[in-house]
Amino acid sequence: MGNHSDGSPNHSGTVATAGQNEVEKFQDPGIPPHRLRLADTDPKAAKRAERQVALLFGSSVVGTLIFLVAYFAIDLGDDTSIATIRLQNALLGIGTAFAMLGIGTGIVHWAKALMPDHEVSEERHAIRTEEDRLAAVRIVDDIVEETGIKRRPLIRNTLLGAVALAPLPALAVFGDLGPRPDNTLAHTMWAPQDGKLKRLTRDPDGTPIKASDVTIGSAFHVIPEGLNELHEGKLNEKAKAVVLLMRLNPESLNPSPGRENWGYNGIVAYSKICTHVGCPVALYEQQTHHLLCPCHQSTFDLTQECKVIFGPASRPLPQLPIAVDSEGYLVATSDFNEPVGPSYWERDEHERNRNA
Amino acid sequence: MSATATPDAPAFVAKTKGGRITNFVDERVGGSGILREFGRKVFPDHWSFMFGEVALYSFVILLLSGTFLTFFFDPSMAETRYAGSYMPLKNVEMSVAYSSSLNISFDVRGGLFMRQVHHWSALLFVASVSVHMLRVFFTGAFRKPREMNWVVGGVLLILSMAAGFTGYSLPDDLLSGNGLRIIDGVIKSIPVIGTYISFFLFGGEFPGTAIIGRLYMLHILLVPALILLMIVMHLFMVVVHKHTQYPGPGRNDGNVVGYPLGPVYAAKAGGFFFIVFGVIALMAGFFTINPIWNYGPYDPSPVSAGTQPDWYIGFVDGALRLMPGIIGDWKVEQIWFGHVFTFNVLLPALVPAGIIFTVLFTYPWIERWITKDNREHHVLDRPRNAPTRTAIGMAGFVWYCVMWAAAGSDLIATHFHVSLNDVTYWLRALFFIGPVIAFVVTKRIALALQRKDREIALHGRETGRIVRLPHGEFIEVHAPLDEYKRYKLVGFESPSPLPAEPNANGVVDSKEKRRAKLSQWFFEDRVAPATPAELAAAHGHHGEHEAIESGENQKTLSH
Repeated sequence: MGNHSDGSPNHSGTVATAGQNEVEKFQDPGIPPHRLRLADTDPKAAKRAERQVALLFGSSVVGTLIFLVAYFAIDLGDDTSIATIRLQNALLGIGTAFAMLGIGTGIVHWAKALMPDHEVSEERHAIRTEEDRLAAVRIVDDIVEETGIKRRPLIRNTLLGAVALAPLPALAVFGDLGPRPDNTLAHTMWAPQDGKLKRLTRDPDGTPIKASDVTIGSAFHVIPEGLNELHEGKLNEKAKAVVLLMRLNPESLNPSPGRENWGYNGIVAYSKICTHVGCPVALYEQQTHHLLCPCHQSTFDLTQECKVIFGPASRPLPQLPIAVDSEGYLVATSDFNEPVGPSYWERDEHERNRNA
Repeated sequence: MSATATPDAPAFVAKTKGGRITNFVDERVGGSGILREFGRKVFPDHWSFMFGEVALYSFVILLLSGTFLTFFFDPSMAETRYAGSYMPLKNVEMSVAYSSSLNISFDVRGGLFMRQVHHWSALLFVASVSVHMLRVFFTGAFRKPREMNWVVGGVLLILSMAAGFTGYSLPDDLLSGNGLRIIDGVIKSIPVIGTYISFFLFGGEFPGTAIIGRLYMLHILLVPALILLMIVMHLFMVVVHKHTQYPGPGRNDGNVVGYPLGPVYAAKAGGFFFIVFGVIALMAGFFTINPIWNYGPYDPSPVSAGTQPDWYIGFVDGALRLMPGIIGDWKVEQIWFGHVFTFNVLLPALVPAGIIFTVLFTYPWIERWITKDNREHHVLDRPRNAPTRTAIGMAGFVWYCVMWAAAGSDLIATHFHVSLNDVTYWLRALFFIGPVIAFVVTKRIALALQRKDREIALHGRETGRIVRLPHGEFIEVHAPLDEYKRYKLVGFESPSPLPAEPNANGVVDSKEKRRAKLSQWFFEDRVAPATPAELAAAHGHHGEHEAIESGENQKTLSH
């Protein structure tokens, strides 16, 4: 950027201060002469503008009437169709728009066409006078002096200490906005209850899924058995326990050591909660065996145990170990062996405790 | 100044009805001083001053429509079965909040209209605040003495986004619930206290049964109260400073040129409120916004493809999308000392927004430090006349827009039939090079426009009239500008770089050297305004002996 493109012939390169360059400047010619509008000179034009303004105000009255008619003539009942509501909404919109725009454009037109449009100049005054400033500074100094706070550090320091500690009770009060985080984040409803393995059931109706129902290429949205029967905290449990169930050709799956028995006949189940920020990973791409999160496009490869292959997620989706019970229904053999969903500060600790 | 009638002075009798009313009020509560001060106060006029007005008016409309909605909305997260008139959701399990939002839409007369007015004005509110801030930035209106008002404006921008987001979540529909889910994920990524904040905010695990009620309180009480407070401060400072004005003949830092408040300015501004209201009503009547009945109640399991947040949250959402979670085989999420550092969420959620708002809040002081310009400015810069500032602004704007576009990466991919991954890769590249390109291009355009101004000021306007001279040469006739138009093109400052100066001890310290380097960068490419001498030379050069108008009928200068 060494090429200075300064067009001035006598650019000195010296310090430019308030007045800028010392070169002569054009003189300010002042406010341009006022130009009369048509309505200022022609009474006919003024009369016309007057009528236009009145017409605009009149259109506002029409708008108000439209609104009232639409409001009272269309009644909402149990059998109102969407089309009726839409019509009423549109008419209320038109009515309000006319009522408001009529007034608004009328006033603006009035101001622009008929009110005096001389530009005038007004002096700016200094925000404060030098005298005021000196007085204010002196007052502040006097006040500080009279408190004696500078001379009595003991008072100052104890006050500072007291004020610094005083908000602690407020913090403590807000500390009861919710329970302290515990390891509930690390557990889901999939954990076997009283030795009974939880069945995989369809979302949302809760009917159990037979392994034989799961054909190759199909995908199921799954919730744990008993979720729908919960009276409290149903959404909390669901937000952790939802699972995607898919069946692939067993050869396409490459289970890592220790996970060979987590699937059944090519059927695998993975947490549906994205490891990025927790959206449901709801899109299953059948051909490529990719799972895609619609929120931020994290993409997981089912054939590599849902490893992240694209997008902002950093961890693979947790896998739910499944098997088939004596009646042929799919069951979870245990809970996830790691916390599901987005990462959090204590997550690694929770995971270690789970597997200890 | 109130007329306290002394026994010997005859009581004041106003001649007109308006005068009598004014007098009646004044004798009881005073205020004629205020009216005298403001009744004819001069306001400069320019179309770009309208954005702030739009913001103010849409906020008024938000208060009006929002009050209506509170009469019918119930922020409870208790489970209920829908019994309203919208058939597709009949008997579906949902929260009371969602059910009451559906009732507002389908069973309260005019309720849908009010909801749409409220949502459209919310979108318009944040938009107009943003555009207003862009106007203030690019015209240099943030300079002394208005730095503090610029900061108040920045706080208003943040508050408007907070108001929008807390309101967006209230209906407890599927879309906004997923938005809360994302917020929860982002909060959990905060080191040390993230999990605690999440548990406190949601009253336990996500989603819990507390969040809607809490957001409701923030949305209808705390945030609007803060916005109102900030608006009062903002307008108070506008009154103290008086409005800025665009440069032009007759305008300088010592005066205000415009229309008196009463009647013409008040009429225009007041009328404009009704126009804004009318336009919002039209949008609410004809364009569906946030059709919550299509989304269904919040459920952690389903999600629809192509989900979008409201526009003003888009840049954060887009940044979240752009950040890769793994680079090669290296996981961006790290486990250090047994704790999780979720950089793939933390960095995009906090860093870009942090940079944008830090620069936004500190920019007036940065520029003042670089330029050592401590004067009061009441005349605005035309953006071209401050090329480096304009380029910085455009760089930031483009950076924001890249992130914003990234929030729609999936829609870009499906609408233009391109690969989603490619869109993301391109946007990742643009995230870094976009601002640089924007800076360079903007600066060049600004300088080119300045040169064009010089050209026009010196040689006049092209008339398109081609004349053949006796010796066969063709020339295009240039019409000289009148002095008012010319002054608009030449009446600006073009500071040159300010070299390092020794401080009080006679030492040039390293900070001052850095400042001088920045000053060099800021001002080295400059186009000086045309001068009368150059104009005379240009005329002489052409051998034309037209009267140079500027010499005649000089008006007084206020310098």
